[in-house]
Amino acid sequence: MLNYITSYLGSPVTPGQAGNQLWALIYVLIIFAGVSVVVMAMNWLERKALAHFQIRLGPMRVGPHGLLQPIADALKLMLKEDIIPSEADQFVFWVAPLIGLLAAFTVYTVIPFGPSQAVSDMNIGILFMLGVSSLGVLGIVTAGWASNSHYPLIGALRSSAQMVSYEVAMGLAVVSAILMTSLNATGTGTLSMIGIVQAQQQQGIWFLFKFFPLGFIAFIIFAIAMVAETNRAPFDLAEAESELTAGFHTEYSGLRWSLFMLAEYAAMIAVSAIAVTLWLGGWMRPFPNLLNAPVWEFIFSLFPALTFAALAGFALIGTVRMPSHSFFKIQRIGLGVFALLLAFIALVLLLIAIVGHNSDNSIAARTREGIDYIYWFMLKVSIFMYLFIWYRATWPRYRFDQLMRVGWKVMLPISLGVLIVTAIVGVVVK
Amino acid sequence: MTDRTKNDHAKDVPNAAAYVGGTKLDTSHLELETPEHPYLDSNELIINMGPQHPATHGVLRVILKLDGEKVLGTECVIGYLHRGVEKIAENRTYTMFNPYVDRMDYVAAVSNGLGYCQAVEKLLNVEAPPRANYIRVILTELNRIASHQLWLGTHALDIGAMTPLFYTFRDREEILKIFEKYCGARLTTHAFRIGGCLYETYAGFEKEVKSFLKFVAPKIDEYEALLTTNRIWLERTKNVGTISAADAIALGVTGPVLRASGVKWDIRKAIPYANYADFDFEIPTGENGDTYDRYLVRMVEMRQSLRIIEQAVNGIPEGPIMAKVPKVIKPAVGEIYHSIEAPKGELGYFIVSDGSTQPYRLRVRPPSFVNLQALDVMVRGMLVADVVAVIGTLDIVLGEVDR
Repeated sequence: MLNYITSYLGSPVTPGQAGNQLWALIYVLIIFAGVSVVVMAMNWLERKALAHFQIRLGPMRVGPHGLLQPIADALKLMLKEDIIPSEADQFVFWVAPLIGLLAAFTVYTVIPFGPSQAVSDMNIGILFMLGVSSLGVLGIVTAGWASNSHYPLIGALRSSAQMVSYEVAMGLAVVSAILMTSLNATGTGTLSMIGIVQAQQQQGIWFLFKFFPLGFIAFIIFAIAMVAETNRAPFDLAEAESELTAGFHTEYSGLRWSLFMLAEYAAMIAVSAIAVTLWLGGWMRPFPNLLNAPVWEFIFSLFPALTFAALAGFALIGTVRMPSHSFFKIQRIGLGVFALLLAFIALVLLLIAIVGHNSDNSIAARTREGIDYIYWFMLKVSIFMYLFIWYRATWPRYRFDQLMRVGWKVMLPISLGVLIVTAIVGVVVK
Repeated sequence: MTDRTKNDHAKDVPNAAAYVGGTKLDTSHLELETPEHPYLDSNELIINMGPQHPATHGVLRVILKLDGEKVLGTECVIGYLHRGVEKIAENRTYTMFNPYVDRMDYVAAVSNGLGYCQAVEKLLNVEAPPRANYIRVILTELNRIASHQLWLGTHALDIGAMTPLFYTFRDREEILKIFEKYCGARLTTHAFRIGGCLYETYAGFEKEVKSFLKFVAPKIDEYEALLTTNRIWLERTKNVGTISAADAIALGVTGPVLRASGVKWDIRKAIPYANYADFDFEIPTGENGDTYDRYLVRMVEMRQSLRIIEQAVNGIPEGPIMAKVPKVIKPAVGEIYHSIEAPKGELGYFIVSDGSTQPYRLRVRPPSFVNLQALDVMVRGMLVADVVAVIGTLDIVLGEVDR
């Protein structure tokens, strides 16, 4: 039994490939919990960042600087009365948020946080990902339909049209990146998520810069389409507050509503992960081929520790700058403890980096590597998350016909052109 | 080749007799499509926008007839905020009614007060002293900026740009602070009295207004930087809610909405009241009469208001602030109509006096109410999202529409 549990640890592949179902399950649980926590953190971050864009403070009361606000929100939403409108289609109404959530979370099985840090490495990974993530629209459409109300219905119609249109441009952009994976000795490409990153590793270039500007244009197309896919501003027509009150989830409240939000944020992270995997080198650190001396390896492996140290520093500054009124005493202590916790994590990461660098101990070295991979992957994803917030703070909302026009008349021809030119250039280069 | 007739065909096809000779097959069990019962229901969708809706600026209810997203027609249902202000006037003395007008257009209370006070002054045949007029102009123009700032923030929010709202509210706050210092109230100011002003300016009033002018000019540039050349903003506002000059005049539309259609009509210039004739300012007009032009016109108006305030602050004379007005206001029998250029358009007061201390009849011509008529003309054939944009661009305040 113990053997079965530990058998995977020495293996350099994903538990799915190693056929170890127990570890696959453990990975699934870690990712599920991790994504839920990240969504909560994202919730806080979005409110805070948006507030600072808008010269406000954002949540400040629940916990120091509102750090406990997402927890309070989650508790509130869970305790709220569960309302199902009497006119609604009860079963479909009940199942709609689950479809959305399921689609958003299933995608994570193939997201490669590292060469072996994924639940499984499917040979059709990217296809699976696009397929499953586009199932999310089903949740929205069924929610809008089941609510049996006008605003949700219009929201659902908008959303389905929007997602279908942008899926096309998105798919073509993805194909042009997949074409690039076939530029190797054997001439065979791959659809595997891990394979795509490894192809970038072998070719020594992120696909973002490959055949400049072709890769870049495809990336931009994808980056726009993914905002539309996840129904975020400026493409948030499905839940346009000022037009459709809340769009497809107008009739939803409490836990069901929070499931929609969870699905939305999970989908945001998932599509960002696709973009990072396809164009930004996935888990690879910057300049792995130029700065490949061991000392550079060491310096880059310090980044996770430094990031946490910086966060601890921010928290510490916040603690010092807290008003010295007795009302803030508990919050001050809480923030101080939080800073210490972050500093402790930074210290542990630092130790792992140093030990993993110096010793021949394979477990320490592998742990250090794993942390590096996950760190760089998450860092790239978090840039996209910040962009999502930034878009929301900056831009007005597109109108439905304009959205369709941009999707079909601008993005589709460009992505098709990029695909064709990429194919031609690829053949010529070979 | 044989010439097949209908009856021949009937022989070949079993049960075909049902098709010929005028008899109809009974297909009711199949639930086929008939004109009376379309298989896919393609009726128009009637939805209620409001009175509780994030983008109807209060309690406006718009019944929309939609074909998918396209608007086939609208009907405004108003009166959810009706307080019977005009009827109340008949039971209050002229002085007592003065604060009520602040509650009509509560984002431009100073303008409302100015219109009412001047109408009663006209009825009494008194004239406010020059210093009072200068104070009135400064405060009214400040209020115009505040009103336009609130309009810009909410309008942008309706179109989906969240951030300008907070910037405009931040800067509007400075105006409200001046009001608060001047008369103690921020929103429903009751700043003016019949015959002039009750309050002398506080110490440092001129300095504060001047520093506000310096403060707000770059802020208006900031709003414009966010929106004026923003591609999405242009797409959402250009050619949206277009109204021609002829239509606008026919519907009685006034204010920036009329000027954006190219009609140079501003009561401050056309029938100068207070002492607007003394000041040098321009009346901005648009060309297309679309939402974008209305946006530009209001942005220029804010800058022109700054010009007026600057001239007024620099030229403010010394002297009394109150004309000689009897303690008990008893105008002679007669009637009067006086209108001013409120931020939203022509705000008129029609007062009938029977010689008593209370108006016999008081009728308000609110700009929002009249401008709202144009909504249907503007949004027919547009999309749902445009309805929201047009409601925003009309700049209505439901307190004034319903009174």
